[in-house]
Amino acid sequence: MDLSLSEEQEMLKKAARDFVSEKCPKSFVKQMEQDEKGYSPELWEEMASLGWLGLVFPEKYGGGGMSFLDLSVLLEEMGYACLPAPFLATVVLGGLSIMDIGSEEQKEQYQPKIASGKLILSLALIEPAMEYGPGAIAVEATRDGDSYVISGTKLFVPYANCCDCLLCVTRTSKQKEGITIFIVDTKSSGIKCTVLNTMAHDKLCEVVFDHVRVPKESILGQLDQGWPEVQKIVERGDAAKCCELVGNFQWTLEDTIAYAKERQQFGRPIGSFQALQHYCADIYTYVEGAKLSAYQAAWMLSEGLPCTKEIAVTKLWISEVSSRIFNLAHQIHGAMGVTMEHDLHFYTTRAKSVEFSYGGDNYYREATAKAMGLA
Amino acid sequence: MDFSFSESQKKFRQEVRSFLEHEIKEGLWEPRCDAWIQGYNPEFTKRVAQKGWIGLTWPREYGGQGRNHIDRLILTEEMLRYGAPAACHWFPDRQIGSSILKYGSEEQKREFLPKIMRGEMYVGLGMSETETGSDLASLRTRAVEQDDCFVINGQKTWTSGGRFMNYVSLWARTDTNAPKHRGISEFIIPIDLPGISRIPMIDITGTEAWNDVFFDNVRVPKKYMIGEKNKGFYQVVEQLAYERSGMERLMGNYPLFDALIKFVNETKYNGKPLAQDAVIRHKLAELQVEFEVGRLLIYKVFITMDEGRVPTVEAAMAKAHATAFEQRLANIAMEILGPYGLLWAGSKYTPFGSIAARSYLASKGYSLQAGSTEILKNIIATRGLGLPVNQ
Repeated sequence: MDLSLSEEQEMLKKAARDFVSEKCPKSFVKQMEQDEKGYSPELWEEMASLGWLGLVFPEKYGGGGMSFLDLSVLLEEMGYACLPAPFLATVVLGGLSIMDIGSEEQKEQYQPKIASGKLILSLALIEPAMEYGPGAIAVEATRDGDSYVISGTKLFVPYANCCDCLLCVTRTSKQKEGITIFIVDTKSSGIKCTVLNTMAHDKLCEVVFDHVRVPKESILGQLDQGWPEVQKIVERGDAAKCCELVGNFQWTLEDTIAYAKERQQFGRPIGSFQALQHYCADIYTYVEGAKLSAYQAAWMLSEGLPCTKEIAVTKLWISEVSSRIFNLAHQIHGAMGVTMEHDLHFYTTRAKSVEFSYGGDNYYREATAKAMGLA
Repeated sequence: MDFSFSESQKKFRQEVRSFLEHEIKEGLWEPRCDAWIQGYNPEFTKRVAQKGWIGLTWPREYGGQGRNHIDRLILTEEMLRYGAPAACHWFPDRQIGSSILKYGSEEQKREFLPKIMRGEMYVGLGMSETETGSDLASLRTRAVEQDDCFVINGQKTWTSGGRFMNYVSLWARTDTNAPKHRGISEFIIPIDLPGISRIPMIDITGTEAWNDVFFDNVRVPKKYMIGEKNKGFYQVVEQLAYERSGMERLMGNYPLFDALIKFVNETKYNGKPLAQDAVIRHKLAELQVEFEVGRLLIYKVFITMDEGRVPTVEAAMAKAHATAFEQRLANIAMEILGPYGLLWAGSKYTPFGSIAARSYLASKGYSLQAGSTEILKNIIATRGLGLPVNQ
């Protein structure tokens, strides 16, 4: 057992911290919240030239050949800075899914473009019923000659407003698990995308498919056999999201402690009062548990080990402590923390949004129940 | 980064499991909650000693195995999983040995370590006093130097294992003029010296969990002082990190967790196992999550030890988290059992040997012993986060 980052990972972490500190001040985050695209194409290009967008793809597809754990170091720093970009959607939900289940042609077609910053991807999974499971997929893809025709509504699709392609999870058979994933070009006719106005302004979208015609070659993985793949995509996506949240928590911890040391009342720093010290100790303990757990999941993914249980534990713990951490952090910050003048709200709102992506807590509770041997 | 166990660690875990399963199969003892601190079984301790499993991390030159702390964590994790009666050797193996190794003289190492490793030295902890709880440095038991001895007078309380200890590890005041932290020394004393007496203290479950120990003009040869005179408080602070860091804080009631899962799987309500009731299922899944996170926090403690650092903050985090888990486990068990949970052993209605009732009551003490949760959070805040120390 060894819980330390490698020298290379430490360097990557430092480079990432330097990059986001310089390029992603809170003024930029705020600007992107109001921006139509929600990200900066110039910054995206810089990230591509740093090799981040292809970091985890094999070199033969224009990638850096690095591991999911290496990627998690980046994700953590992006979470630390609230970096607004379709990074996780493109690289993890899109790119790694194609890497995992795509055909050779698909990999050759998509991966180099992702790595060079020319292609933005996302996952269209959730539907208005807000249930998680194969039975809840109602968006239908019907065969018509050499094509499929997709109709229905997807919700909470990250960065669909600026995507080039969507991985769309559809029903292709009446059987419960008759699920197929398609790679859909967002320029196809019949797609309508509306950005939803969420509390974090994080560009979650409604995507309506109105008889969208896609060639049968755009099936990702197997026809009618897509559900197990969807589960893997969702779990990997949540593991990545958790790594991002670890960075978010770390910022919140550091900021809160700094404030507790600096803010004076009754002639002393408020961090000298035992009640507040215990709040701080709780936040620190939650963050450490979240970090260990997220790293464990990321390490297992890197090693190619089965880790549904570890991802479930991470996701559930992070959802649980997220609200505890932000209740305490806001309490310590006093009323300034609930204003737009202070930066804490960027973190509070983004953390809340994670609780609902992508699998949902009930899915992970069930995975945990199974893993612990409940009948 | 690497979260895996080495092949030899996996093999070792399997070896410990086989040993314990064999013991249970032979009917040598039954798994019990809190057996690490209350399971008095000198024969079991001797058999563990014969395996070389006491003093696993100690240097080979003193007869130890020179293995790392993760190995010891694996050993203790399995002992706890099977509820093994390891109380005779737990304290000396966990903290007394390392204190002697770090602060003891060569003569003390040669005298005590082999005795501990043979499973013949049962050590009670003489820290708390009636007026000294969280504020350990305020202790009043006196040790006055006289010729070749220290003469000890005073009273210790909450001494776990006091009933069966043959040595007591004692902190006493050796300088009454110095500031309170700087006048305390550490001793290890044979319990049969004239002037030592003990009386039982019965805990909320009806168990003799502790003893009051009285010292009346006890003449202790100087060779029993450990480390430097008047430095005992600083020595004990480190020992406390080891005391509170282990898997026993998370898995002391593992037999209850095990029994509870079996119970909800096997008990039917309206034709369906209780485990399929959504509320129960979710509560147990959440418990499992808390358990897994606790396990990681404790592994972090032992990795810190293997890196050669004292895990002060890590241990405080792990114990605060783990004892909260144990209390929640007992609560949920009682909730699921309903009024049956109230029954002590002996009734035909008692579910699984009344361990839920026992744990529910005993767990009130978990967040007090070995550093109350409040003290732990003070440590996390001041030592871990650099917030101002309150005096």
